[in-house]
Amino acid sequence: MWIELQDIHKYYGPVRANNGVSIKVVPGTIHGILGENGAGKSTLMKILSGYTQKTKGAILLDGKSVTYQNPAQAARLGIGMLYQDPLDFPLLSILDNFMLGQTGGFADQRKKYRQEFESLSNSINFSLDPDAVVRGLTIGERQQLEIMRMLALGIEVLILDEPTTGISGTQKELLFNALSKLASEGKSVILVSHKLEDVEALCHTVSVLRYGKVTGRMDAPFNTAELLKMMFGTLPVPPTRKPTKPGETVLDLQQVSASGGRTGLKSCTVAIRKGEIVGLAGLEGSGQGVFLRIASGLKQPKTGEVRLGGRKLGGQDYHALKRLGVAFLPTSRLEEGLISGLNITEHFALQSHHNGFLVRWQKAFEKAARRIDNFRIKGAPASPVESLSGGNQQRLLLSFLPANPVLLLLENPTRGLDVESVNWVWQHLQEYCASETGTCIVFSSSELDEIMMVADRVLVFFNGSVIKDTKTAETDTQELGRAIAGKV
Amino acid sequence: MVELNLSILLAGVVAGATPVVLAALGETITEKAGIINLSLDGTILLGAMAAFALSYETGSLLAGFMGGAAVGAVVAGIVAVFSIYLGQNQVAVGFVLTLMTRDLAYFLGNAYARLQGPQVPPQPIPLLSKIPFLGEVFFSHNIPVYFSLLFIAFCWWYIYRTPLGLQLRAVGEHPRAVYARGIDPRKLQVLYAVCGGCFVGLAGAVFSLSAKPGWGRPQGAEGTGWIALALVIFGGWHPVKAALGAYLFAFLQVMGIYFQGWFPSVPAQVFQVAPFPLMIFTLVLMHLAQKESVLSWAEEKAWMKSIVHMFSGAAPAALGKPYRSE
Repeated sequence: MWIELQDIHKYYGPVRANNGVSIKVVPGTIHGILGENGAGKSTLMKILSGYTQKTKGAILLDGKSVTYQNPAQAARLGIGMLYQDPLDFPLLSILDNFMLGQTGGFADQRKKYRQEFESLSNSINFSLDPDAVVRGLTIGERQQLEIMRMLALGIEVLILDEPTTGISGTQKELLFNALSKLASEGKSVILVSHKLEDVEALCHTVSVLRYGKVTGRMDAPFNTAELLKMMFGTLPVPPTRKPTKPGETVLDLQQVSASGGRTGLKSCTVAIRKGEIVGLAGLEGSGQGVFLRIASGLKQPKTGEVRLGGRKLGGQDYHALKRLGVAFLPTSRLEEGLISGLNITEHFALQSHHNGFLVRWQKAFEKAARRIDNFRIKGAPASPVESLSGGNQQRLLLSFLPANPVLLLLENPTRGLDVESVNWVWQHLQEYCASETGTCIVFSSSELDEIMMVADRVLVFFNGSVIKDTKTAETDTQELGRAIAGKV
Repeated sequence: MVELNLSILLAGVVAGATPVVLAALGETITEKAGIINLSLDGTILLGAMAAFALSYETGSLLAGFMGGAAVGAVVAGIVAVFSIYLGQNQVAVGFVLTLMTRDLAYFLGNAYARLQGPQVPPQPIPLLSKIPFLGEVFFSHNIPVYFSLLFIAFCWWYIYRTPLGLQLRAVGEHPRAVYARGIDPRKLQVLYAVCGGCFVGLAGAVFSLSAKPGWGRPQGAEGTGWIALALVIFGGWHPVKAALGAYLFAFLQVMGIYFQGWFPSVPAQVFQVAPFPLMIFTLVLMHLAQKESVLSWAEEKAWMKSIVHMFSGAAPAALGKPYRSE
């Protein structure tokens, strides 16, 4: 199906998320929409999928102007969207999720839909158990389920919003194969991403968005430098790794086991030294999250011993460790890191530990304004945190960190951030390591390139254990990739 | 000494629990869809009053039951529309309504207090009621009791076996995702709030026309709504477990009467109040059954696993948080 977006405008109050976007998508191709965070990609796709309404402009399908009010009407026209956070039902089974929205009435139709599900999954090469409960699935598997559901609905135009965030290499391969197959069958695929490599690997054509406008369009093969220029105006500078001298041991885990996550943590023995930057690699939920939570005191190990700066820890909680200079930033910023509903000033007021009867608003406001400035957060002291973009939420969280932490634990610190923000975050973090305290940083990331770029050392997690512990200078992405898949 | 006759005792439990079962199932349906209707206690009283007054005036029991159901539907409809379309807090609206409907019932029902009115006659089912023991326990009652028994099975089948029930469960879990699938979550929620309300109103009608016939102040149904609300949680939002909870509660209350006879030295209030702490204790067990450590502990023990599974049950994820369009 030919899709043409003509001069799309979308205003949220004074904010112009889309400001005259025109894009044409040819059937049978994979069309990439590239742009940094806040460029207006998601808004544009929400308009196309019927989730929000445009302020101005026209959508043409096969040359005919169409209007629709909601995602269901869009689906009837053949447009379906896969959201970054799949819109599914965690407590229901895969089959129930698959059926929902396709069927109604009283009659039990699970048999029929089970057959349809199985033939679909064969044709597209996904292997999902229809009786499994969605709660236990990885993001990649949930995406597969959504794609199959879209296909069952007869979708001709499939929109994917940042589909490669948080999925494993194998799942990415499966996904890309499936998408190529769909395109070869004549369907149109629109891939929204801020990751150049994904777009370059998969797309036939790319449109680049910046500040709500199309800044360029390019057909494969792509010129990376050119694309970056379209995205950012100027070429972003990657952070340079500063040589660090590891000092004495800061964090020492001996045979630590714990439950949690998908796999728990199994007899993990690791020592992390002063001034080191350590990357935790591995599939989502292979034990990295548990590791970070044990080190931060949010979780207690079942067996084993944890030492911090030579002192044995026995059940100290997060607050006790925080006083010892341990800081932790979780991956889900709005759920664990920030308090949605409170604005930036209120976050600083809450942090001040001032126990008087009255909040010192003036002080909190000044502090917020200062930090907004220092950390280049796009927002005002009175902005509610949920209104900030992901990158700005992360900057805000970074601005909460104490001045001289001993140990910084970061869970996916750059998830969902564009190249420029990633660089900024790491430049900022590296200053900690270079400082007097010699902070050591332990971070998890699903991007091997990021680990190779900034870390001194990498720990590869597989199924709850550390199966590889090596210096980044002595390894490469291929070797690490194999380790992530469990082959050492 | 009171003689304990098991079949009479259980028959009493089945009959006595009927209105509580209906109210708890009605609320289970409502809460499965993500709406909390806190007005139960008042709704039951107003339903009881309306049912009695209507059947007294018209002489028709059917009119009474329909009136009771209509009252429940209207009150639930108010809760749903205020919260879903007008953005009001469900708890606040429900709470105000429970006080208002209670007082309204006493005020409007004043003229009908202590009048002799129609009541549902017992109708033992031929043949089935002749079965020893079971016949006496299950098949020697009246139509509302049979209806409540069938309704338990129907609820389970509807919620867990039909595509419509799937939609019902889904809208209580993730209304936004339901919207994305082309179903209007607001319509569904209003629909199921009203449906659930019907059965709450019906529970009131069963009180005044069958379980505690007549109308007065107090009617005898006071407090039932709160128990039904607790039973929904007790049942882990599962219709069959909620109904079993209702029977357990009725059983404990009936046993209280026997215990009073057996242990005359213990104050009667102890037995009247005993079911309540027991309910709280079960809630503690339910909370434990959802803990990760307990789950992993029970994983290896087959019998323990099924017990833990029985007690587990989580609230619909979007309970009390209706869908807001973007």
